[in-house]
Amino acid sequence: MAESVGVGHEHADHGHHDHHEQSFFHKYLWSTDHKMIAMQYLFTGMAMAVIGGFFAYAFRMQLAFPGMEVPLWGIVTPAEYNSLVTNHGAIMIFWVAMPVLIAAFGNYLIPLMVGCDDMVFPKINRLSYQIFLISAIVLLASMVVENGGFGGAWTAYPPLSAKHEYSLTPLGSSLWIVAVALEFVAFLLGGINFVTTAMNSRAPGMKLYDIPMVIWMIVIASVLFMASVGPLIAGAIMLFMDMNLGTHFYDPNAGGDPILWQHLFWFFGHPEVYVVLLPAIGITAEIMCTFARKKLFAYKTVLYTTFATGVLSFTVWAHHQFVAGIDPRMAHVFTITTLLISIPIAEMMFVFIATLYGGDIHFKTPMLWALAFIAEFLIGGVTGIFLGASGADIYFHDTYFVLAHFHYTFFPIAIIGTFAGLTYWFPKMFGRMMNDTLGKIHFWGTIIPFNCIFIPLFVLGAAGQHRRIFDFTHYPELAQYQDVRVFATMALIVMLLFQLVFFYNFIMSIRKGKEAGPNPWKANTLEWTTSQTPPGHGNWEELPTVYRGPYEYNAPGRDKDYWPQNEPA
Amino acid sequence: MSDHAEAHHDDSHYWKVYFILLALLVVSIIGPLLEIRAVTLITAFGVALVKAFLVAKNFMHLNVEKQYVVYLMATMLVFMLLFFAGAAPDVMKWEGDNWVKPFVAQESHVEHH
Amino acid sequence: MRPIATTRSAAGVPTGRLAVWWVVASEIVIFGGLLASYIMQRLAHDEWAEQAAVTDWRIGGFNTLVLLSSSLSAVLGHQAAERGDGKRAAKMLYITCLGAIVFICVKAFEWSMEISHGYTLQSNTFWSFYYTAAGIHALHVIAGAIIMLIVAADAKKNLELHRVELIGIYWHFVDIVWIFLFPLLYIAK
Repeated sequence: MAESVGVGHEHADHGHHDHHEQSFFHKYLWSTDHKMIAMQYLFTGMAMAVIGGFFAYAFRMQLAFPGMEVPLWGIVTPAEYNSLVTNHGAIMIFWVAMPVLIAAFGNYLIPLMVGCDDMVFPKINRLSYQIFLISAIVLLASMVVENGGFGGAWTAYPPLSAKHEYSLTPLGSSLWIVAVALEFVAFLLGGINFVTTAMNSRAPGMKLYDIPMVIWMIVIASVLFMASVGPLIAGAIMLFMDMNLGTHFYDPNAGGDPILWQHLFWFFGHPEVYVVLLPAIGITAEIMCTFARKKLFAYKTVLYTTFATGVLSFTVWAHHQFVAGIDPRMAHVFTITTLLISIPIAEMMFVFIATLYGGDIHFKTPMLWALAFIAEFLIGGVTGIFLGASGADIYFHDTYFVLAHFHYTFFPIAIIGTFAGLTYWFPKMFGRMMNDTLGKIHFWGTIIPFNCIFIPLFVLGAAGQHRRIFDFTHYPELAQYQDVRVFATMALIVMLLFQLVFFYNFIMSIRKGKEAGPNPWKANTLEWTTSQTPPGHGNWEELPTVYRGPYEYNAPGRDKDYWPQNEPA
Repeated sequence: MSDHAEAHHDDSHYWKVYFILLALLVVSIIGPLLEIRAVTLITAFGVALVKAFLVAKNFMHLNVEKQYVVYLMATMLVFMLLFFAGAAPDVMKWEGDNWVKPFVAQESHVEHH
Repeated sequence: MRPIATTRSAAGVPTGRLAVWWVVASEIVIFGGLLASYIMQRLAHDEWAEQAAVTDWRIGGFNTLVLLSSSLSAVLGHQAAERGDGKRAAKMLYITCLGAIVFICVKAFEWSMEISHGYTLQSNTFWSFYYTAAGIHALHVIAGAIIMLIVAADAKKNLELHRVELIGIYWHFVDIVWIFLFPLLYIAK
């Protein structure tokens, strides 16, 4: 299957490149180098995370102290509340989780871990970031235009989203949907690069089962995205037209159907959560193997299970619509498929536990994040089972139980997964070590408050507290829980403050961290073997050849407890 | 690129396929003129399927392409069928055992000029 | 300067062609979602037949003929490129572009006729779907024609001949979408 050029003449041939110092513009803004584009996605995603987190702070303050002026925001009006909640969700999923987990880590790691010099289409790569950046700017613009930002929830159901007399944000709504559509285009372009590079540009000797799990995961995630976003792109065009061109695709008064939007949205929306989950699982797998000094338990099983999960993820979507008025017989079908899909993911968690068993575990900061990912995601997954049963969902739908469930899945994915990957690959990206003590302080300062925010929300949800309500003190049966809401909000503020520890560590370590050397974690995968650290243009003087799988730790008969993929036998 | 060498046909092969496509186009146009609903559906969509198949196989060279590409395209089509199957019970029907979509039950065309 | 990555083909398909297949795959679900939505709505609304009766199968049929013919010229262009005959490949691509232009002109004429009779994007949801589906298809025709001109310019100089096949694959896909739009909007309506 490896039909590739011989080792001898695969240098990154720079003879006719003029490698004088590039201008600031070419090096940072107009670069086609996958590592620079990865950094662009990473920093944009992190900036958007700050904004999304700030929105959460603002609306939680409103919930905890209704009607009071929120420091750094002001009074939160009902319309602003809706817009904060809507854009918190949209930002965290589309402008934080996806760019960081897929675009940043994908761009950075794919060429480095498969052993080539760049992505196969560097200019399309650059274009995809530029479109992404424009989408972020359009989204932010949508919140400052006249009448404010779109407040119809990230799910944007019509007729609220389609009719300006309901949404009250004609310009904000239109810009919002345009921003989302642009983001989709950016990721379609990026996805083609990721999949084609991983399929075709592998180092000689790297067979399919020698590919590191995180690369498989990012590639499968890209494929899931490309296969699921199409109907929603069509739907988004139709929604934009309903908003602005007088069409009635979703208007039941005039030949349309609002439930069509729901199906188009969730047909994408459900695979989308696996699109962001898989890279986080992949990052966890890499870290677990490196810090347990042990091979991934059942690589092929994990791989096939992931394929199965990917396919199954297309069959569960209407569990988001159980109480929307869908055919109840379809609800039976979707309940069964939803409960089935918990099996492969649970099995992957067991694989991780089996990987740890008997390992030589080193509790460095990345490993703490990886372990926390599993523990927290398990809670998210288990609570999903309650929601996947259509009967139980009649009660739970639209309560805080759902909200707590998806934060116990999304937070491990987007936040824990990101910190895991960043603390792990930081030495390769910047050539220096992060401070491990500060890393651990940041870790506990994030995880403990996180649970303090969301466990109470499960309880509130089970008690019947509904979502998307601006002030619970209006509801006598729910007003009694106001102390719980205040507690959750205080926990959020503590968690947000601890993020300052991370930023301090990140910035100080880039400038003054201990020199890392090429392979501080003594890992096996190819990115740790680059000629320079951080890797230079073309990544290697001479592109590597691969002789074994990525997880040969503690291989019998070797004196070292690791065995890099590119070391000849 | 040499793995594609077996795709080299004489130009005449493609002309042959083209004339079959044209003949099929004629069939699909004549079908509705008979005004029998079943015939119309079969000629219109049956012909479309055959035409698409011929273009995909002969013009896009899926007959000599690596198998996994064919599976990829087929999978996308299956996903579309899946989408249809999941959404149609709600979108396509306008009445059921115990319910009706009132706006659809009446004639629902609205003219805006 | 192409990275070495682009020249490898561990998966057995050259990189450019592999990428075009992924593009086609994602386009299948975009058009598939749109057409599935249309079909569901059409089946729910019997009364749209009255609106749909207005579309002219002769114009639709002619446009189908044009696109099928342009697919022929596209694949003949590919064969010429395989033989290394860049000039003929470019000529075939120009003929394909001509087909695209004819298609768009006929569509423009058709739409202006329908609009002048009051059948606009907003007049009925059938027409909303009609203009949206055919419109997005037409955008793909225009985009394809533009890329084709760029590829032909290089092919004429015997450069980048492999791209003739690639734009061809995209073009055949655009043709196949129309092969389904034609019965949906013009015959079995």
